[in-house]
Amino acid sequence: MKLRVLRRLVLRLGQAVPILLVVAVVTFFLMHLLPGDPAAIIAGPEAGAEAIEKIRHQLGLDRSLPEQLALWLFHLAQGDFGRSIVLNQSVLEALSERLPVTVSLTVVSFAITIPLGIVAGVLAARFRNTWLDSAVMFLALVGVSIPGFWVAILSVILFSVTLGWLPASGYAPLADGVRPWLLSLLQPAAMLALFQIGFLARMARSATLDVLDQDYIRTARAKGVSEWRTIAKHAFRNTLIPVVTATGIILSLLMGGSVVIEQVFALPGVGRLIVQAILTRDYPLVQGTLLVLAFMFVGINLLVDVIYTWVDPRVRYG
Amino acid sequence: MAEAVSDLLAPPRRFPVLRRLARHRSFRVGFVIVLVLLLAAIFAPLLTGFDPTAMRARLRFRPPQAAYLFGTDNFGRDVFTRCLYGARLSLTIGFGVAVLSGVIGAAAGIASAQFRWLDGAMMRLMDGLMAFPAIILAIGLAAAMGPNIGSLIVALSVAYIPRTARIVRASALVVRELEFVDASRVAGASSLRIIVKHLLPNCMGPLLVQLTFVFAYAILAEAALSFLGIGPPPPAPSWGNIIAEGRDQAVEAWWIMFFPGMAISLATLGMNLLGDGLRDVLDPRLKVET
Repeated sequence: MKLRVLRRLVLRLGQAVPILLVVAVVTFFLMHLLPGDPAAIIAGPEAGAEAIEKIRHQLGLDRSLPEQLALWLFHLAQGDFGRSIVLNQSVLEALSERLPVTVSLTVVSFAITIPLGIVAGVLAARFRNTWLDSAVMFLALVGVSIPGFWVAILSVILFSVTLGWLPASGYAPLADGVRPWLLSLLQPAAMLALFQIGFLARMARSATLDVLDQDYIRTARAKGVSEWRTIAKHAFRNTLIPVVTATGIILSLLMGGSVVIEQVFALPGVGRLIVQAILTRDYPLVQGTLLVLAFMFVGINLLVDVIYTWVDPRVRYG
Repeated sequence: MAEAVSDLLAPPRRFPVLRRLARHRSFRVGFVIVLVLLLAAIFAPLLTGFDPTAMRARLRFRPPQAAYLFGTDNFGRDVFTRCLYGARLSLTIGFGVAVLSGVIGAAAGIASAQFRWLDGAMMRLMDGLMAFPAIILAIGLAAAMGPNIGSLIVALSVAYIPRTARIVRASALVVRELEFVDASRVAGASSLRIIVKHLLPNCMGPLLVQLTFVFAYAILAEAALSFLGIGPPPPAPSWGNIIAEGRDQAVEAWWIMFFPGMAISLATLGMNLLGDGLRDVLDPRLKVET
């Protein structure tokens, strides 16, 4: 039992290595696609050709492309993700300041998404082809169709400007107490969750319907088990399997969505960091942040996969 | 009832898929929404007498009224006109992304399924690309290539290629094990022939379904990128950058950002409904046991 999970973990770790390599190379080429000369930008508009050349040399930009790639990978292997030009900080330092905000936002949003999405999906499946099903599925469809940041702006106008119930922007660290932290995150997290709730509800509904088609469910019904009990005792666990698989996608969507939502609510998270880095042409920071985010995802997906193996004994390695 | 019986007795009709689609409720609704928006985009100059970029200082911040259906913005430009012309840009981007990511994704997926030696490397590449949240990869690429429509289309396409490639690969893997493909192979058909004659046509259903969803995502993503300042540059309107520009006046002049947001929602809703309908009818989960 334990061995099975462990073998899955080792196998997945082995598969993660080439993915990480691809991620690093893609990020490297992203940097080299950029128009303009990073050295000239770092040196500033008044710098002479000599000063630019010097910076170019410092950054290693005067070397050949394969050489630069090798050097970049070599630094990465040592845990050196580069230095921000504008912030005069290492990428990891800059990230470690911003990460708690984004992780908080993602966690709160995830905590809103999972129960609501699953309950909505299971309800719709239980009352399949009734008005309730139609209503829930319509709402879910609206959820995946409206731009979250747009609803967020409207929501700020309603709940913050007009009603004054929730802060319109800013972040209160968890160290200042749970209540202000949660209050500062409630609105952004809820807005961020809209899309994911719709996505999960649609998935949970079809997963439940698939399970309800199974023979053992018919058996349960035939022996007179009530419909709710059938769902709760027999179907629900199997419904959860595709949901666990979707967790990775949901986290990825949340992280992507947080870039935009952080901008609306002026939350000083990783999303704002990366957007500022792009707008100020802080290339090493863009590169480093992208890379760290992608690495986190590979890690999360690995974790999801191992949990999946643990939850569903039918999954074999391979 | 009588109709059902006569349906049974009638000889098989042509275009059975189209008929089933035409009967599908959400497909019909989605089709009408998308068609209306498409026509509005194409015939924009006929539907409005204004210029989407002409500024008129005396007409700033007019709320919605008969002359200016969606009001005017901080430069006195007609928001309705801007939404109409914005539809051109936003729908072009959605369509461009669907086509580009569809062609490349399908090619990659089918190549992976047909040429097994390629599969490992190809899928690791796709996994690597999928490790970036799609929107973040698109932001990085769009920023790298500069703010214009072409680079936005390429950036979003790259972000959605891996998912498309995986879906096509999965269905191609099922199809290539079917007996008629085996028969064709034994009869000496070349790889190219098998791809063109068998794999591609049989993967079209799932591909089409995926691409309608990609279209919808691309419209949402264009809006998000524009909002972040990495979209098509103003003054040419796209739904996303109208919202971005209207955001600062969202409290005093809600209409500037409200209507383009509705347009985005409607377009995305329409594409999603189309996709749901297509999925129900074409059923991408080829229920064939191999």
